[in-house]
Amino acid sequence: MKINIPTPLRAYTGGQQTVTVPGATVGEALEQLTGAHSELRQHLYTGDGKLRSFVNIYLNDDDIRYLPEKDATPTEESDELTIIPSIAGGCLL
Amino acid sequence: MPASRAKDNEMPTATLPEVELPKLSNDEISRYSRHLILPEVGIEGQQKLKAAKVLCVGTGGLGAPLALYLAAAGVGTLGLVDFDTVDASNLQRQIIHSTATVGKLKVDSAELMLKGLNPYMKVVKHNTMLTSANALEIFKDYDIIADGTDNFQTRYLVNDACVLLNKPNAYGSIFRFEGQASVFATEDGPCYRCLYPEPPPPGLVPSCAEGGVLGILPGLVGIIQATEVIKFILGIGDSLAGRLLLVDALGMNFRTLKLRKNPDCPVCGTNPTVTALIDYDQFCGIEKPAAVGPLEVARDKAVGDAPVIDGIRQISVEELKRKLDAKEDIFVLDVREPHEVPIANIGAPLIPVGQLEKRVGELAAHKDREIVIHCRSGSRSQKAALILKNAGFKNPENLAGGILAWADKIDKTMPKY
Repeated sequence: MKINIPTPLRAYTGGQQTVTVPGATVGEALEQLTGAHSELRQHLYTGDGKLRSFVNIYLNDDDIRYLPEKDATPTEESDELTIIPSIAGGCLL
Repeated sequence: MPASRAKDNEMPTATLPEVELPKLSNDEISRYSRHLILPEVGIEGQQKLKAAKVLCVGTGGLGAPLALYLAAAGVGTLGLVDFDTVDASNLQRQIIHSTATVGKLKVDSAELMLKGLNPYMKVVKHNTMLTSANALEIFKDYDIIADGTDNFQTRYLVNDACVLLNKPNAYGSIFRFEGQASVFATEDGPCYRCLYPEPPPPGLVPSCAEGGVLGILPGLVGIIQATEVIKFILGIGDSLAGRLLLVDALGMNFRTLKLRKNPDCPVCGTNPTVTALIDYDQFCGIEKPAAVGPLEVARDKAVGDAPVIDGIRQISVEELKRKLDAKEDIFVLDVREPHEVPIANIGAPLIPVGQLEKRVGELAAHKDREIVIHCRSGSRSQKAALILKNAGFKNPENLAGGILAWADKIDKTMPKY
């Protein structure tokens, strides 16, 4: 399954925009991702393993927070995960 | 009271309050003829634009194209909020300003271009930083707010003020080659906090000055914001409320993701706990700026005149020059990115700050030496000094003001970037 990596986090995936991982659920796929790119973990998760609140995970077009099974939602090969972090640039300067 | 025509199962909409519409002069009718002949606009639509009052928070990368296109469209009243002055480095993307207005207040500079384009538009200048103390007062007279700011504190402030006042927020943000756009704070739609309940810790997401930005990107996203403002005023099309538009300029890909109103949102949910504007610096973990200045300086902890910050001694460019001339036993380290070195450098060996932790062994021979670390402006080098200190280096120091200060005070032939 493809995971789309946003620009601010590509430094931790060796510059890759997308990473393909196995995983039967959203949570498993993210585990595979942070297993393969360990520096990502602290940017995505807090010390006690919760997803950071300025990072959103979308399964296709849906925010996983609003899916009934959240990160236990089962996934297909053809699904895509997208990580959306908060960005603020508007260039006042 | 704004009427909300929420259709079943569809994206929330928002409309302007009902007012008596102002007349258009013959000049205005010829000016806007291309709008008037569109059935979706017509005379009534153009009158609605003339009656509308829009506030642009920020006249920079996003605000510049936004304000210009709103003026072109015939918006009747445009408010501008900006405390800053025009700098030459703005002209790479802030097309509302010009070489002739470098040094002027941005609101004055913007007004010149806006009035030149549309003398019928009323421009209201708010030459001030937006704060919790003034936001509600400034926002109250406008119908819709367009957020073109560049830092998290102000984005949360704008969002909360819009929700509290029940005014939509046409949101846009950018980072390097990617952008986001949406409309927040409509009656049935989500607000910014529904998407991002909390800001990232300071320093995690670089600003444009630190991370760079492709000049066209805020142009692209600013126009999307202007489009949403115009659609709101005219009551046409499908608003971005309830959707997040993601723009990838390098791939030229656009996608939309669904956004939902969070029923537990502290600001716009069913039981709001935030019912007044808060201290947003504290919320975002930012130290208050010591003096009025660009917010990002405080956010990225660029260093001031304090001799020691977080246990790291700050050294001025004059002192470094003196030490180098006296051939003192110091080691100078550049922690910028490789592509910055050809622009300006003082010949120091380079280890980019992002690689420093891994490559600290390369500096083992200098562990007990005085090491002066520099970057472009002094904030990355401060981080690098802390990395070395934590790795057991005895004397890492930060060059305050970075190579920019060197170009300013020591070597005037050196370009600033």
